[in-house]
Amino acid sequence: MRPEISRSRTWAVAAVGGAAALLTAACGSSSSNANTASAPGVTSTTVTIGSTQPLTGPAAPGYSEIAPAANAYFKYVNAHGGVFGRKITYTYLDDQYNPTSTTSQTRQLVLQDKVFAMFQALGTPTHLAVVNYLNSEKVPDLFVASGCNCWNNVSQYPQTFGWQPNYTIEGKILGQYIVQKFAGEKVGFFLQGPNDEFGTDGFQGVNDALQGKGLNVDSTPAYYTPTAAGAQAVGAAIASLQAQGVQVIVSFSVPLFTAIAEASAAGLNYHPQFVVSNVGSDPPTLSAILTGGALGKKLPAGLIAGTISDTYLPLLTDATNPWVTLFQSIKATYASSLPWDGNVEYGMAEAFTFVQALKAAGQNPTRASIVAAVQNSHWTDGPGLTPYAYSSSDHNGFTGVQMVTVGLTGSLTTLGPVQTTDDTPTGAIAAFTGTASAPPASGIPSD
Amino acid sequence: MRLFVIYTVDGITNGMVYAAVALALVMIWRATRIINYAQGAMAMFTTYIALTVIRHGAPYWVGFVVALAAGMVIGAVTERVLVRPVESRPPLNAVILSLGVLILLEAIAPMLFGGQTQSFPVPVSNIDIVAGTTSLPVAPFGLFTVGAVLVAMLLLFLVFQRTTLGLRMRAAAFNPEIARLLGIRVGRMLTLGWGLAALLGALAGMLAAPSVYLYPSNMDEVLVFGFTGAIIGGLESPVGAVAGAVGVGLALSYVSGYIGADLAPLGGFVILIVVLMLRPQGLFSFGRQRQV
Amino acid sequence: MSRMLRGSTLVRHGLMFLGLTVVLLLLTSFVFDAYTNYNVTEVAILAISAAGLTVLTGINGQVSLGHGALMMIGAYTTSVLLTWHPDLPLVLMLVASIVTTGIAGAIVGIAGARLRGPYLAGATLALAVALPQVPSHFASIFGGNQGLSVPTPTPPPFLGANFTQEEWLAWIALAAGVITFFVLANLVRGATGRRFRMVRDNEVAARLAGVDVARTQILAYVISAACAGLAGSLFAYWVTRTSPSAFTLNLSLSLLTAIVIGGLGSLVGAVVGSFILVYLPVWTGGFASSLNLSSNVANNVPLAIYGIVLIVAILVFPRGIAGGFASILRGATRVLGPSRRSPSLPTAPETPSQ
Repeated sequence: MRPEISRSRTWAVAAVGGAAALLTAACGSSSSNANTASAPGVTSTTVTIGSTQPLTGPAAPGYSEIAPAANAYFKYVNAHGGVFGRKITYTYLDDQYNPTSTTSQTRQLVLQDKVFAMFQALGTPTHLAVVNYLNSEKVPDLFVASGCNCWNNVSQYPQTFGWQPNYTIEGKILGQYIVQKFAGEKVGFFLQGPNDEFGTDGFQGVNDALQGKGLNVDSTPAYYTPTAAGAQAVGAAIASLQAQGVQVIVSFSVPLFTAIAEASAAGLNYHPQFVVSNVGSDPPTLSAILTGGALGKKLPAGLIAGTISDTYLPLLTDATNPWVTLFQSIKATYASSLPWDGNVEYGMAEAFTFVQALKAAGQNPTRASIVAAVQNSHWTDGPGLTPYAYSSSDHNGFTGVQMVTVGLTGSLTTLGPVQTTDDTPTGAIAAFTGTASAPPASGIPSD
Repeated sequence: MRLFVIYTVDGITNGMVYAAVALALVMIWRATRIINYAQGAMAMFTTYIALTVIRHGAPYWVGFVVALAAGMVIGAVTERVLVRPVESRPPLNAVILSLGVLILLEAIAPMLFGGQTQSFPVPVSNIDIVAGTTSLPVAPFGLFTVGAVLVAMLLLFLVFQRTTLGLRMRAAAFNPEIARLLGIRVGRMLTLGWGLAALLGALAGMLAAPSVYLYPSNMDEVLVFGFTGAIIGGLESPVGAVAGAVGVGLALSYVSGYIGADLAPLGGFVILIVVLMLRPQGLFSFGRQRQV
Repeated sequence: MSRMLRGSTLVRHGLMFLGLTVVLLLLTSFVFDAYTNYNVTEVAILAISAAGLTVLTGINGQVSLGHGALMMIGAYTTSVLLTWHPDLPLVLMLVASIVTTGIAGAIVGIAGARLRGPYLAGATLALAVALPQVPSHFASIFGGNQGLSVPTPTPPPFLGANFTQEEWLAWIALAAGVITFFVLANLVRGATGRRFRMVRDNEVAARLAGVDVARTQILAYVISAACAGLAGSLFAYWVTRTSPSAFTLNLSLSLLTAIVIGGLGSLVGAVVGSFILVYLPVWTGGFASSLNLSSNVANNVPLAIYGIVLIVAILVFPRGIAGGFASILRGATRVLGPSRRSPSLPTAPETPSQ
């Protein structure tokens, strides 16, 4: 149940909030006398949070930028007084997208590094391996970097919160778009799997939307395993879709495998319409993977052009958007070696949300207080195109996306309005009528 | 039908890459009675070297030659420095040594070249050939792969069978004691053998990288499949190694296509077990049978 | 009494292991912190598997590059049964895993009975790569890529509210380890161990002496597989999530390197090797991050050091660390004075048969 938030006075609130934040930051030193070590991972001067990330391995291309980007935002906040005078220390470990490594590293973060909370833990199969442990140890598990709808489970996982629109929500809106634009064509699927929650959720969302709408759907998906050996098998998988006469490929794949799929199709002289989940479609990442590879130094024109995907954050290429300019300027100072792409925007935007939560958790945050802060949030400013949905009964973050298409030079063009929905199979899809909020003037969340 | 042709072409192409690795393993086995488990990792390393050269602006062929040369060097140095001391020890020591080299190479590669998965260029197009309006199920690069391995095999055959050097190498492998008595520098022949084997491995690495992509453990499975092929053929016979490896490639391709990509290694394993149950020393081996 | 102690291996071993158990349990509860208990559990698990492998390879001479796959069978047996009935008792799960993996070991042993040297190595290597694909494919039973969830064993209430889950799991793993080592130690010293060695050293002679070579080889495989199954079951409880990604080729190869570094055929060596396997990355990882290197370098320092340790150790200590210490001790006793013990049977070189 999403609270309806009035956006009409956002600017005024943001201005006041921004001023208050600047004032608080300036007075930070005086309030640090009242800081206590109120929880594991919290001292009077620092807050330590932890994460597991695929920094190397088959899921690394693209995703390995997310945590460093978030860290850049934290450095910016730290340089401007931190949160209640505390600096945020972000420890992220490389699990190579291997759930067993995730388990041992999460144990290390909780038992040895004694982090205050887990933040931005990446991956569906990887995080599923540790979500029970974190919840039984009552460690806040904030803003999992995965779109599995399993993170929205208040009764079983009260400590766990999602952030991005989950794959069911995304799948419904992608499916609706396909019905509208590709009537009469044959639709097939390219999924991570078989039996991987990422692929299964996405498939369900899209497939449900396509049923009974007169489309020719090939319900036997082609799969890839996100492993070393999986790369070689993608060609055969795409060939089987080609043999079925599939004209629209719906892909829930990580960036490396989206790239390999598109390259394989080109290699087979097969030109289907790719509709890709936002987690695997970032144009700069795909270009970087494919350039200088098996398709030559100069990619065939239009290899990625025409790919359809979706976004829930401001368009990367929109230089007039205040969030984009804010993040780019922070990146230039604190992470100049990172490219500007969807992963970096994701990392910083999620870090912004975390600082919102940490501030709302109070001067001396505890694990319970930060969880309560997120649940009772009703924050009015945030980087998303839609508001957060957090409540005591809903642990979903953003609940809507906007369709986009990739241009010849990697540019992004929106296709239609921002739309929101829920993660039930029959819940309606509605156009979002509010306006997106702007960042606070300081770039740091107001209280 | 078209899918069957695609799977067959894929199987043969991949199989030839495994064949290069299988040949390398057989060469080293015949010379030193050791299985070089690090052969795949060496190939990965030389491919990274080639990529560095190419990304600095050199044309593909320069990178290609550099990779093969680097392979010779790595193979020769490994034999001379690390393997020589364990050649006369229990075989398990050599196993551990080659595993140590494998682990070390897979750790050093990301330190030098970064751990990110990278794409790798091809010398000729990887897009299926279009004849008129039909797209044929084979690309120039696939033809190049098969051709390159066949050429390498032919050159090796000529070296071993038609040159004095090759004769000396065969003698050193067949009976080191007698070879020494005949004045052959057995140690030097073994070093050369390892060098040539690693050159073959480097070739396999360059041919595999465009489709497997380049990251520190990318050749692990290629090694296993090459080893499987070598065993099926019987470790004594180069022809057997190639036949076995191509067979493995086809089996993997068919299982992957018709049953499921994740079950492909199981298909390879089943073939291996079936062959070994029938002939425990491999198909083409003139077995040194152990009877009582 | 003292004569009984000197004479009966069983009793001597029994008392030794009992004492060891008490020491270990005290350490885990009063000295070690939660993270150390977590790591100690891992050492125990790997040591159990390594012990079985060292008996198979060191004492019976059969190479196995696929023990990770056998551990996987043990882990999935426990996980599938617990998914079906979450309240099944832990001891029953351990026994079930031992049984199923033992049967798998028998199959592998029968299949591998005619294979030697690199052929057996290659077959087990292919198994190590192929078997993890089975649970990935048959997802309805095995949970697919994200695997099956396994509940952490909760300590019984009489141990008090302060007794953590990490402590309890460490107790269980250590107890299982001690029992396994006790059984293997007696086996290795007894008639079975002698038969294993005879087959390893000279198959023809063993056969002429009346030993059923094939049956001995299969028995060795069953025993080592049973150990791997026990380790796998404990592994499932330890990770709390059994998925194919835990049983990579690296696991099988790591076990092999552990037993050779520790000392082939030595049970103590199995423990030493497992300890190194777990703690070297912990120590070197801490060392690497303190040097403030780039993440590419820092992340790989533990692995590079492990590779170097393997190479150096095998060149310097051809018989492993345990073998190296034994040589040093023997050298020392020779210097210190002649031995009073009765001459033992000549020991054959530890060469797995070709």
